[in-house]
Amino acid sequence: MSALSVALTGNPNTGKSTIFNELTGARQKIGNWPGVTVDKKVGVIEHNGRKISVIDLPGTYSINARSQEEQVVSDFFKTNKPDIVVNIIDASNISRNLFLTIQLMENGIPLILNLNMMDEAERHGIKIDMKKLEDAFGMPVTNTVGRSNKSVRKLLDVFTNAVMTNYTPSKLINDHIERVHNIERSGLAPSKIEEEIISARYDLIDKIMSQAVTVSAAGKTLTEKLDSYLANGVTSIILMIAIFYLMFQISFNWIGQPLADLVGEFFDETLVPWAAETMEAAGVEGWMQSLVSDGIIAGVGAVINFVPLIFTLFIILSFLDGTGYMARVAFIMDPIMRRAGLSGKSIMPLMMGFGCAVPAIMANRALDTHKDRMISIFVTPFITCNAKVPIIALFAAMFFPDNVANVVFAMYFLGIITAIVMAKVLSTTMFKEQQSTFLLELPPYRLPDPKTVLLEAWDKGKGYLIKAGTIIFAMSVIIWFLSSFNSDGMTEDMDNSYLASIGSATSVIFAPQGFDTWESGAAIVTGVLAKEAVVSTMGILYGADEDSVDTDDAEGTAEVLNATSMGGAFTPLSALAFMVFSLLYSPCMTALGTVKKEAQGFKWMAFVFFYTTAVAWVASLIVYQGGKLLGFE
Amino acid sequence: MTLKDTKPGMVVRIDSVGESNLKQRLMTMGLIPGTRVEVLNSAPLGDPIALRLRSYNLAMRRDDAAQIEVSEVG
Repeated sequence: MSALSVALTGNPNTGKSTIFNELTGARQKIGNWPGVTVDKKVGVIEHNGRKISVIDLPGTYSINARSQEEQVVSDFFKTNKPDIVVNIIDASNISRNLFLTIQLMENGIPLILNLNMMDEAERHGIKIDMKKLEDAFGMPVTNTVGRSNKSVRKLLDVFTNAVMTNYTPSKLINDHIERVHNIERSGLAPSKIEEEIISARYDLIDKIMSQAVTVSAAGKTLTEKLDSYLANGVTSIILMIAIFYLMFQISFNWIGQPLADLVGEFFDETLVPWAAETMEAAGVEGWMQSLVSDGIIAGVGAVINFVPLIFTLFIILSFLDGTGYMARVAFIMDPIMRRAGLSGKSIMPLMMGFGCAVPAIMANRALDTHKDRMISIFVTPFITCNAKVPIIALFAAMFFPDNVANVVFAMYFLGIITAIVMAKVLSTTMFKEQQSTFLLELPPYRLPDPKTVLLEAWDKGKGYLIKAGTIIFAMSVIIWFLSSFNSDGMTEDMDNSYLASIGSATSVIFAPQGFDTWESGAAIVTGVLAKEAVVSTMGILYGADEDSVDTDDAEGTAEVLNATSMGGAFTPLSALAFMVFSLLYSPCMTALGTVKKEAQGFKWMAFVFFYTTAVAWVASLIVYQGGKLLGFE
Repeated sequence: MTLKDTKPGMVVRIDSVGESNLKQRLMTMGLIPGTRVEVLNSAPLGDPIALRLRSYNLAMRRDDAAQIEVSEVG
């Protein structure tokens, strides 16, 4: 028997993903729908000896092809006839949820209506008579309780037992379809026809609601009580700042950093000596030993170091998103973001940008309009991602030892300000003609399902791990090669390496910024491959002992490098200019690749590379020349 | 009166949704003439506004709310 195909469809915020995760667990594959940037999630399970293939369609309010998600769902049903289509309905919000149900029925798609979160609906005074709902549609109605594994497993029995051909649409539905056809043939203008049909659907919803649903006044819900603090008045702003402060403390100081230290320790104290000994024992040639230890392990290790920080940050963000709080943040921040030419919904991607720009750029999929999405993609790289932190930390420790915290803070702030200013510039120039909108459901507060939070964080963060394994791996080999070879072969003297030639060619353009040494030029070039490489390249080029250049020990590294010629290569002012440039210039190539995919065009990738670098060049010029005019050195 | 002119706590009924690019999306979200809407509160900076209709909460910008004609009930 072939696999039973099941498609899950429904509105956003219905707990559809949680049900999908409960059903398929880790046996799911996340890919992309062809031609669009929408996640495609498929999982295969076995139940009662039957293979079941479950597909989770993107959450949509309708299938009018007004967004990429709607396009995907509507195309899916045009070309696929799954054995079973389950429409997941948030029972506490049944009226609006039925809109999609009716639209699907108009398209002749037989459905199982699954009422999710019935318990929550009852708390809100909403009572649904499932039998009457079945009669109203002529389709089977089931129910689940959000996070209860047991109730979701029950669905599997429904899948294997349901014989969809036993069900035919009720007279009520057929009458409605007839009415829709009449409207379509009425000869009205297309937009009027659409509006009439929308009204007809809500007419039907109101009719069904009066038959099968009773709504009684409930007391203040938890959501209302929480919103009076979290989405209302000055307290909401104070609480928002406190929540984000806590989030960064947890990610960077309390949990993420200690874990990162453990990982770093493992690399430095266990893996590196072990690899050296093993290779020594095996009689591996010197150049190969150097490639593995100095190149690959050092390069990949520098990236792996950030993994705990990034995953902690993404777990917290996914958790906050799952509770419904991120929608409130978008609500609070929208007027500020709008003044900058963005939407309140850009907050989530920008927050993720503090971790890594790659998933952050992808998160812009959630934005409403083309304009909002493009601008948000283009400014996300200015946010200080994790990989840029070591650059700032090192230079602050070396050249501003008395003001480290202030300098680091100022750099973070500069990244945010630049993102806002450039958003404004882009929205009033390139995207002037396009409109921006903000229409956002504020879902009830819910305790998110831990499995869903972890799977989401994993989905966002895994790109970073893949980057460590592929691009960083290759990059480490390339940098090692460039710094160890020149046209005459292998060289011990890095001043004569290929990297030195590339560095000095690049450094010419930084004469007005005061850091036109070949070492900075080389560090900037390797930084495009990966920002993590800037500090390690500097360390190698200024001839510090390899082991002492540790990306998470800025003070220690600063001490070591101060003793080298690096201390003399920069003045505090040119060091500041270098920091500003490194912070703002082109994102790393993984992020550039993501821009190409998400903005759908090679030209947008080239655009981001050049405009961010131009912004960085000008900003660092202003810092250096302005500083000189003011008498700093 | 439009939805933009309402105050938190007011309960209104939608009379019409004005022409705009957003019109069909607003209607899809359940803002149909005759629908009962409770005005919840504004974001701390006065915009957007939060509404409750059809047992769910929706936020929209004041500029978009100005397109929706309403009259107060009860």
